[in-house]
Amino acid sequence: MDLKLSNSNKDGIEIVDVEGEIDVYTAPRLRELLIELVNKKNYQLVVNMEKVEFLDSTGLGVLVGGLKRVRAHDGSLDLVCTQERILKIFRITGLTKVFGIHESVDQAIAARKAEKRLPA
Amino acid sequence: MATVEVTFTPLPVHVRTARLVATAVARRSGVAESLLDEVRLAVGEACSRAVEAHQRHCPGQPIRVSLTDDGEQFQVVVTDAVQGSEHDLPAGVSLPAGTGAGGGNGAALGVDFADPVGSPVPLRLPEDVGLAVIAGLADDVRIASAGHGTSVTMIWKRRTAAY
Repeated sequence: MDLKLSNSNKDGIEIVDVEGEIDVYTAPRLRELLIELVNKKNYQLVVNMEKVEFLDSTGLGVLVGGLKRVRAHDGSLDLVCTQERILKIFRITGLTKVFGIHESVDQAIAARKAEKRLPA
Repeated sequence: MATVEVTFTPLPVHVRTARLVATAVARRSGVAESLLDEVRLAVGEACSRAVEAHQRHCPGQPIRVSLTDDGEQFQVVVTDAVQGSEHDLPAGVSLPAGTGAGGGNGAALGVDFADPVGSPVPLRLPEDVGLAVIAGLADDVRIASAGHGTSVTMIWKRRTAAY
């Protein structure tokens, strides 16, 4: 299956819904979208990967690149993923400690808002 | 003799085809359903690495994938045509299973968040990340010189009644 991308704003956080396969062929499209969102000053991102069927290290590279870009603006890039086969590559690479990975979009938004409320 | 051999032009779009073929042959060979995702991901990583190396050094040469089931193990060999001296692959090494970077925090993958935002972010993580993923998925991984290129051999051993 090819890659389908869409994005919407919820409570000030940009939600990127990804469906299909993220690999060396399709990853550039996701990268372009993330760069476009950051260029439009969207620095709070949630990437919903619940409909992702395949993810390789190229896709990981794109997500890491997105995270670097938003963090430079004190932003965040959280993931929504409950699929074991997708989570496995995050575990193998140690990236579970780099990304906030949540079970639902609502949970990701709530976690982000809770973090914002924390005293400095 | 390999059960199935595939050669493909080094274009990203063909990596998916290689993954699909590998998964289909693995399933046909009796590899357990629970391992098919691992075969698919590992073969995809090896082919992606080969495609990038070919695009840099020899875009006109094909990449070869051979898949073999000998009853004891399922073996996939991805062979590129990039000479070892042009490669950053450590030819002649065997990566023990489970050597993925899972214990780290991303730093081992070249993920440096202190980088200025303006610095170019590479599309792919460093090449050894793909190898770490492969090592974390296959039972055995070997990298060797193969003719004028380099081969990555991935092995899944038979377990009890099935793989």
